[in-house]
Amino acid sequence: MQTSTTSHTNTAGSAKFIIGGLFIVAAVVYLIISSTRASAQYFLTVDELVAKGETVLGRDLRISGAVIGDSIQYDPQTLTLKFTIVAIPGDNKEIEKLGGLAAVLNAAVNDPSRERLEVIYTGPKPDLLRNEAQAIITGQMGSDGVFQADELLLKCPTRYEEAVPDQTG
Amino acid sequence: MLANLGFGALFVTFLISLYGIGAAVYGARKNRPAWIESARLSMLLTFPLITISAFSLIYLLVNRHFEYEFVFSVTSNSMPLFLRATALWGGQAGSLVFWSWLLSAFTSAVTLRKWERDREFLPWVIVVSLVTLAFFLILVIFFENPFARIWSLPNGTAKVTMFQPLNAVLFVPPDGQGLNPLLRHPGMIVHPPMLYLGFVSFVIPFAFGIAALITGRTDDRWIRITRRWTLVAWLFLSLGLLLGGRWAYDVLGWGGYWGWDPVEISAFMPWLTGTAFLHSVMIQEKRGMLKRWNMVLIILTYCLVIFGTFLTRSGVLSSVHAFAQSAIGPLFFAFIGLTFLASLTLLIQRWDDLKSETQMTSLLSREALFLLNNLLFMGILVVCFWGVIFPLISELFTGQQVTVGPPFYERATAPLFAGLLLLMGIAPLSAWGHSTWKTIGHAMWKPALVSPIIPLVFFSLGMRSIPALIGFWLASLVACITLYEFWRGALARHQRAGESLPVAFWRLMGRNRRRYGGYIIHLGVVLMSFGIIGIELFQTETQGTIPQGGQIQLGDYTLTFKSLAIFDKEDGRNVARAVIDVERNGKYLGELYPRRDYYVESQQPMTIPGVRSTWEDDLYVLLVDWQPVSTAGATFKVYHNPLVNFLWLGGLVFILGTLVAAWPEREREFVPKPATRDTYVGSQA
Repeated sequence: MQTSTTSHTNTAGSAKFIIGGLFIVAAVVYLIISSTRASAQYFLTVDELVAKGETVLGRDLRISGAVIGDSIQYDPQTLTLKFTIVAIPGDNKEIEKLGGLAAVLNAAVNDPSRERLEVIYTGPKPDLLRNEAQAIITGQMGSDGVFQADELLLKCPTRYEEAVPDQTG
Repeated sequence: MLANLGFGALFVTFLISLYGIGAAVYGARKNRPAWIESARLSMLLTFPLITISAFSLIYLLVNRHFEYEFVFSVTSNSMPLFLRATALWGGQAGSLVFWSWLLSAFTSAVTLRKWERDREFLPWVIVVSLVTLAFFLILVIFFENPFARIWSLPNGTAKVTMFQPLNAVLFVPPDGQGLNPLLRHPGMIVHPPMLYLGFVSFVIPFAFGIAALITGRTDDRWIRITRRWTLVAWLFLSLGLLLGGRWAYDVLGWGGYWGWDPVEISAFMPWLTGTAFLHSVMIQEKRGMLKRWNMVLIILTYCLVIFGTFLTRSGVLSSVHAFAQSAIGPLFFAFIGLTFLASLTLLIQRWDDLKSETQMTSLLSREALFLLNNLLFMGILVVCFWGVIFPLISELFTGQQVTVGPPFYERATAPLFAGLLLLMGIAPLSAWGHSTWKTIGHAMWKPALVSPIIPLVFFSLGMRSIPALIGFWLASLVACITLYEFWRGALARHQRAGESLPVAFWRLMGRNRRRYGGYIIHLGVVLMSFGIIGIELFQTETQGTIPQGGQIQLGDYTLTFKSLAIFDKEDGRNVARAVIDVERNGKYLGELYPRRDYYVESQQPMTIPGVRSTWEDDLYVLLVDWQPVSTAGATFKVYHNPLVNFLWLGGLVFILGTLVAAWPEREREFVPKPATRDTYVGSQA
C-alpha cells in the first residue's frame, strides 16, 4: 500500500538532522551532569555519618533517623527547633527484615546504645514531627557536631500493626 | 454476605479474564469469529462484576464495618458520609479495586464501539486489556485483599485474613483509624480518581498500538482510532496533576505547589511521553513519518503508567506520598519488565514495516520542529528518570546513596522548558514539508514586535531579573503569535464568507477543533508559566512571633494579630484559629483566618493557611505556633506569592483547550488530503 516517493537517501539532508539531534542530546547530557554535580546530596545513616567524621563537613547531606520525642525543643520566638535522631538502617530491605518501619523506629528510639545525632532547624515546626517518626533531614554537618538542617521530611508509619494486638489482647 | 459477594465477584472476574485472553488468542489464531465474540462478551462482563465488588466495598466503608482491616484503616466514626465512601481510594487495597474498576469500565466501553473496519484489532485489544486487568486482580485477590477481616486467635494475637482461622473470633474494633487528615480535602478526593482515570485510559491507545504490531496493520489506523482516547487520558492526567498541585498549595502549608517529589515525578513522566505522543502522531497522520517512534512512545507511556501506580503504592522511595508500604513491589517490577520486553520484541519484528513514507528535508518544517519538541520532552523525561533512579545507580556503583533534590530538577529542566516555550511560538507558523526563515519571519514579525511589551512593563516596574524577563518575553511571544493566529483565521473567514467576526471565530474553532484546541492549550501554558515564574523567582517570606496587637511586615503588607480562639469541633478536631488584619500601604484590606486543626484520634495536626488571593498575588499566612494561656502571642509564617493565580487560571484554560480538542466532531473520517494544503494558515498571508 505504501508508496515510497523518496528512495534515495539525501545524505546532506540527514546530516543536519543528526547534527541537530546530537546537539540536543549533548545539551541534555550536559544539563544532567552539571545539575547532578551542583545538587548531589549524600544519603547517609546516622552510623555512617558518625563513621565519616570530619570528611563530610560542609557537604550537602541527607540523613535518615528516628525522632526521639522527648528531645524535641521548640522556641517559637526564634523558630529554633532542636531534636535528636537515632540511627536506623538505611536499606529498605533490611527494614522489612526487621519487621517493618514502625518496628525499626520503635526499637531505635528505645535503644540507648545506638548512635544519636543532634539536629537544629530554623522554621515552623512540622506537623508530623513526633516520637518515633522517621526523619529525613537535608543539610550540613556543623563543626560543633550538631547537624544544621535546611529541610525536614517526616514520615509516620501507619500505626495499625501495633494497634490491633493491643485492642484484642 | 456482602464481602464474600464482593470477593467472589473479583475472583470470577479474574477467571473470566483468563478465559477471555485464551478465547481471544485462539479465535484470532484459528480465525474463529465466534471465539472472539465470546472473548468480547467476557470483557463486557468484567465491568458489572467489578462494579458489584466495588459497591460491596463502598457499602462496608459507608456502614463502618471496622472488622474489615481496610475499612478500619481508612475510615472512622467521625468521618462524614462522602469521605467514608471516597475512602475507597484512600488506601492501597481499595485503590487497586478502584483501578481495576475504572480499567474494566474503559475497556468495556471500547468493545462497544463499531468494529466493522477494524475487526482484526479486536482480539488483541481484548488480550492487552485483560492481561492488564488480570494483573491488577491478582494483586487484589492474592496480596492486597480489601475484604480481609480481623480475627482474634485463641492465643491472644490477631490475624488479618479473608477466611476464618480455626477457633478464631471475629474482632470488631469500636472505631477505625480514619483517613489521614492530610487527605481529607476536596482536592484529595478528586485528585486520585483523575490521575487513575488518566493512567487507565492510556491503556487503550497502548492496546491498539500492540494490536497494530501483532496484526501487521501498521498504517496510521490505530492512531486515528485512539486519538480521542489519548486526548481523554491526557486530559485526566493533566487534571490530576493540576489538582495535586492545588492540594499541595492548600494543605501542605509550604506555600508551594510542586516539590519534585519522586511520586509527583512518577505521575509527571507518563504525562511527558503522552504529550510527546500527542504531538508526534500528527506527523504520522500528515506525513507518514515517525511510525516507530510513536510505537516507542506509547509503549513507554504504558510502562510509565504502571511504574507510576507502582511508585505511588510501593513506598520504595522516600516521599511524602508514600502512605502505603507493601510487598507487591517485585510483582509490579516483573510485570513492567515483561510487558516492556514483549512490546519491544513485537516492535522489532515489525521494524521494517514501520518505515517512514517520506523523508524529512527542512530543519524548519513543521515535522522537524515537532521532532525537536519530542526531543525536548524526552530530555525532560530523562532528567526526571535520572533524578528518580540516581540514588539506586549511585549506590550500585559507589556503594554510597546520593540523592538529588528539587534544585537538580529546576536547573536541568528550566532551559528545556524555555526551549519548549519558544517552539510553541514558532512551530504553529511552520509548514509541513518545507519552511524557510523567510516564510516564518513573514508570519511572525507582527506579533514578535508586540511581544516585548509585557517584559518591558515588568522592567519599568523595577524588575531586573534576567531569567524572569526572558521567561516573560517567551511566554508573551507565544501568546501574541497564538492570538494572532486566531485573529488571522477569523479575519480570513470574515472576509471570505462575510461572517461577523465572533461568528467567524466560533466557526473557525469548530472547523478545526484539534488545532485551535491545541492553541488554547498553548495559551493555558503561557498563563501557567506567568504564574510559575512569579512564584518561583519572586516568592518572599517572613516569619515572626508577635503578641496580640503586634504586627508583621512583608513588602507592602502589614499584618496585625488581633485574636486567637481555640475550640473543639464535633468531627473530632481541636481548632486553633487566629484572626489577622491585613493592610497594604496603610489601606485596610480585610481579615485572614489561618488555623491549626488537631485531629485528636490520629494525633495529627494540620495547618490550614489563611490566603488573600488577587490576580496580582497571594498573601499566604500560616499559624505556626501559639501560647494558649499567656499573652506571649503567636508565631506566623507569611508568604507573598506574586502572580500565582495565573497558574490556576492557566490550568483551567489548559483543560478547556483539551476539551475543545477532544470534543467529538460530526465528520470523523476524512479522505486523506495532500499534506501541504489546509495545514498552514501562514501561507495565505
